[in-house]
Amino acid sequence: MTEPLLELQGLSKAFGAVKACDGVDLTLLPGEIHALIGPNGAGKSTLIAQVAGWLKPDAGAVHLLGEDVSHLSVAARANRGLGRSFQVSSLAGEFSALGNVLLALQGRDHGAFRFWSPLRKDTRLRAEAVAILERVGLAERATVQVSTLSHGERRLLEIALALALRPKVLLLDEPMAGLGPEGTRQLTEFLQPLKNEAAILLVEHDMDAVFALADRISVLVYGKVIASGPVEDIRRSAAVREAYLGDS
Amino acid sequence: MIERSRETLVNAVLAGLLLAAPLVATLLDEPFYVSLASRVAILALAGVGLNLALGYGGMVSFGHAAFFGLGGYVAGIAAFHAFEGSAFLSWPVTIGGSDQLLVVWLVAALVTALAALAIGAISLRTSGVYFIMITLAFAQMIYYLAISIPAYGGEDGLAIYLRNQLPLADSSDPLVFFFLCYGLLLLALFLSARIVAAPFGMALQCARMNEVRLATSGIAPYPIKLTAFVISAVITGIAGALFADLNGFVGPSMLSWHRSGEIMIFVILGGVGRLFGPLAGAALFILLESFIGGFTDRWQLLLGAVLLGVVLFARGGVMGLLAGRARHD
Repeated sequence: MTEPLLELQGLSKAFGAVKACDGVDLTLLPGEIHALIGPNGAGKSTLIAQVAGWLKPDAGAVHLLGEDVSHLSVAARANRGLGRSFQVSSLAGEFSALGNVLLALQGRDHGAFRFWSPLRKDTRLRAEAVAILERVGLAERATVQVSTLSHGERRLLEIALALALRPKVLLLDEPMAGLGPEGTRQLTEFLQPLKNEAAILLVEHDMDAVFALADRISVLVYGKVIASGPVEDIRRSAAVREAYLGDS
Repeated sequence: MIERSRETLVNAVLAGLLLAAPLVATLLDEPFYVSLASRVAILALAGVGLNLALGYGGMVSFGHAAFFGLGGYVAGIAAFHAFEGSAFLSWPVTIGGSDQLLVVWLVAALVTALAALAIGAISLRTSGVYFIMITLAFAQMIYYLAISIPAYGGEDGLAIYLRNQLPLADSSDPLVFFFLCYGLLLLALFLSARIVAAPFGMALQCARMNEVRLATSGIAPYPIKLTAFVISAVITGIAGALFADLNGFVGPSMLSWHRSGEIMIFVILGGVGRLFGPLAGAALFILLESFIGGFTDRWQLLLGAVLLGVVLFARGGVMGLLAGRARHD
């Protein structure tokens, strides 16, 4: 069997009496999109925060590319190939889209402890940044200040920033949130081939997108994975219908 | 690009005016105004330091007087021991005083860097109001430390009888001393401009706007902010050393929280995060103090009104009014 790129082992996190994450085991294999679904309050955000490094688990471990990264910072995990997008766009608002991408590229290649040469004049990084923005269709908006970009454009920029890290694993936290049907369709088309570059752990509420994209689905309810398997199995699972799909 | 060249023009005019003022004053034989121009250059330098932390990094330090005063005390103590011929430290190694400006600046830079490393390392674990309060608390600790050491004048401070010297130039000449201050101000502005546009400065600004984004891009925010805090403190510390030499005196007032507030006012009045903002702010402050202060002791009432106006109506400060909005492309 192929080595998983991302492996969660018995991940647990409690806030007081609430077990937001209760012994979660999960793997992400090369070339796959693994969707994580669950009703509101199921603990998806808590799980994502532990994978990215914002929250320290009470128990369990996160392995990235075979390495235990449980005690590494967010930045260190990003440098090891973990890219992510946020449920609510999180960008450097006063920079342009290009400035945002340039900084991510700089972080990836050299780190930020360079005090002399202007980052914007780094022609090699600039060319790569433009290429990345072209890929997500933002090239024409490259020099516009981010705070004036539309919601959809910011969603795309988030993905561009994750791609700038040349990630092995992508954590996409509700990438479709707030996109119209047309935007959702376009993003679905964009993400489909992306899995060959980086395996994707996808948290998403849009079930059409999930069924279109996912190779495997795990269902999280009250911090526990109640079902995990290929798309068809999950569709048919009675437990899942009862806990989740039936409700909505 | 039009906006940018307008800002460059405003910067050049400000720098030109500050250079012209003491030259004209010398021609008119008004040495007081030469030292007033030196004062503007020095306080602007202190503001350039704070601007790096506050303006670009979003670290609202209410304790930069600590670094300003430490720089001042380095100059004062070095001169004191050099004058007395006594030693600052006699065991395990002998460290005497020095009346050489270059030595004083180097030591001032080292001392403020170490202090800022310690203060920053702890303070940067907090943010927002707590960061403001903890930097204030550290500065107050150093203030009371200075008061409690009678050897260096305690509450009365320490006089510098002979201004610290340079090889080849007579620093006791007011105009020569002005050129020193002015040169260091331009150097600090130049270095700030380089740092801000370099990857480090971009990361620092990103830390101000959105730390989550910075960390997600693979750059840990804490070391970036701490480094910027130290550089910021060193610039302000050098300004403090110059200030003590200008006045021939260093006292606890250089370390007081009023002073921290003043340096902050230069930055806010001039325009937060604008390269020449601290110069515009310090110049306006000194102009109000010396000219309105000549008519009435209540000049600070006017300062308050101006500050209120800036905060309410012109967030970009003087630079915002003169050169338009700040631009990031």
